[in-house]
Amino acid sequence: MTDLTLSNRTIASKPAPPNEATAFRLPTQWIGVAPFFIFALMFLILPTIYLVIGAFQNSDGQLTFDNILQLVSDPSISSSYWVSIKISFWSAIIGAFAGLAIAIAIVRGGLPSWTRSATLTFSGVASNFAGLPLAFAFLATLGRVGIVTTLLRDVLNINIYAMGFNFLTTSGLIAVYLFFQIPLMVVIIVPAIDGLKKEWGEAAATLGATQAQYWRMVVIPVIWPSFLGTVILLFANAFGAIATAYAFAGPALNIVPIKLYSQINGDVLHNPQLGYAIAFGMIVITGLANVFYIWFRTRSERWLK
Amino acid sequence: MKSGKFWAWVVFIVGAAYFFIPLAATVEFSLRMRRGVHSFDAYQIVLGDARFQSTFLYSVVAAIFTIILGVLVVVPAAYWIRLRLPQLRPVVEFITLLPLVIPAIVIVFGYIRMYGSNSPLPFLGSNMGANALLVIGYATLALPYMYRAVDTGLRTIDVRTLTEAAQILGAGWGTIIGRVILPNVLIAVLSGAFLTFAIVIGEFTMASLLNRPAFGPYLQNIGANRAYEPAALAIIAFAITWGCMSLIQILSRFAPKSSNRPN
Repeated sequence: MTDLTLSNRTIASKPAPPNEATAFRLPTQWIGVAPFFIFALMFLILPTIYLVIGAFQNSDGQLTFDNILQLVSDPSISSSYWVSIKISFWSAIIGAFAGLAIAIAIVRGGLPSWTRSATLTFSGVASNFAGLPLAFAFLATLGRVGIVTTLLRDVLNINIYAMGFNFLTTSGLIAVYLFFQIPLMVVIIVPAIDGLKKEWGEAAATLGATQAQYWRMVVIPVIWPSFLGTVILLFANAFGAIATAYAFAGPALNIVPIKLYSQINGDVLHNPQLGYAIAFGMIVITGLANVFYIWFRTRSERWLK
Repeated sequence: MKSGKFWAWVVFIVGAAYFFIPLAATVEFSLRMRRGVHSFDAYQIVLGDARFQSTFLYSVVAAIFTIILGVLVVVPAAYWIRLRLPQLRPVVEFITLLPLVIPAIVIVFGYIRMYGSNSPLPFLGSNMGANALLVIGYATLALPYMYRAVDTGLRTIDVRTLTEAAQILGAGWGTIIGRVILPNVLIAVLSGAFLTFAIVIGEFTMASLLNRPAFGPYLQNIGANRAYEPAALAIIAFAITWGCMSLIQILSRFAPKSSNRPN
């Protein structure tokens, strides 16, 4: 029991008690993990809890649900949530299906092997190429004087801006976000497709299954959980993204992270507690998404060992 | 099968076009600064800009400290969990996933409120404190990637035997972790380090809200005020990300593949 007296309060609050059956033990049992737990507590968990508590307090520190209610009743806030959810949802769905199509094409499509390695290398890079530089690249391409914009205008006589194209629309941002969403899907789903054992295809063929039946009854059920899980990861990924959108329009764009950014910088909502509530709302949405993610992930890992 | 291959090509080519065209257009755009001819003027102006140099240097230093902090926090914990406290694994894995759940802007908002200059722990009361807080924030962002990289590395070595062998030879814990375990998972740690570098170098939200003179806020400033330089910066940023990812791929070739104790 000596180690229990040495455990700090970080550890003491953890649900898993020290196992009595470890082979050999020193009183230093917890020392190795202490820095990690202290770090996580101080710089990840407590700051978040601080905001969550603040979301339920008024400026005098009393319990209130006004801040949370205002998320729904204030049209500028509720619409920013709505826009963010729409962008994240559609960029996740489109990105997931496009990524899946590319992954299937390079793994199962009978393409030369260089396409696979080139795609995987590029996807690793592009999934991390987000933020401001991504916005710059798209502005150079499809901005008002971008290369593709001017090419379309001068060569094909198509003015995309006259046709209503704009980065600041929901569909404009979705198109840009796909640049990191699709590669992220490819990076995660290719191992899942690799995990499909050749024997399953042979077994299905032996039993007389057609190619379509093999896909419908073997491939899709096996890939499905990890596919769905990745969709959710993509959703959270887009939901918290701020820099790309900020580069297009500065604080003008009405999505949740930019709303929160302006609030932190200048208290534009004139109520600090409301900022806590916005942060709380973001955590709830990405948190719910990730609960599903973890759930699907554990389900899919059972199959892909 | 024939049509399957046809469609595979269609998908591959359409995908390649979507990703290749913006990059090619950005390269082209970045070379257009001088009227009528292609030139590297935009790159020269950017690279010669004193603010580019100082902010880039700042972010490189911040990234290095982030990596050091990340290693100090993650390696002992991951090692210890493998050796002694496997029952804590789910808890630790859950915590390392939290930065994917809690957006960066929320984390930094919490810092600003909790560690402001009037708080018991006034990180934001001084310049160095704010720098430290930025590094800490980056380390939390990198936590999921760092932990997974190190844990994968530890999986390929026999932690218990190495530890016992070192103990028999009279090594203390510092020696065991620093001179036995760390060299063995160095490649994994370096993979995590380069990924951390790629994530941190152009990070905007935290640096901007903590008011640090980092590369991200500089990028934002140039993007809002210049025409051709942002395109050059996008290409430079893409090259940096590509470099980090290539280093990770090269390193993975040296990583031990076999596992003595798969679990």
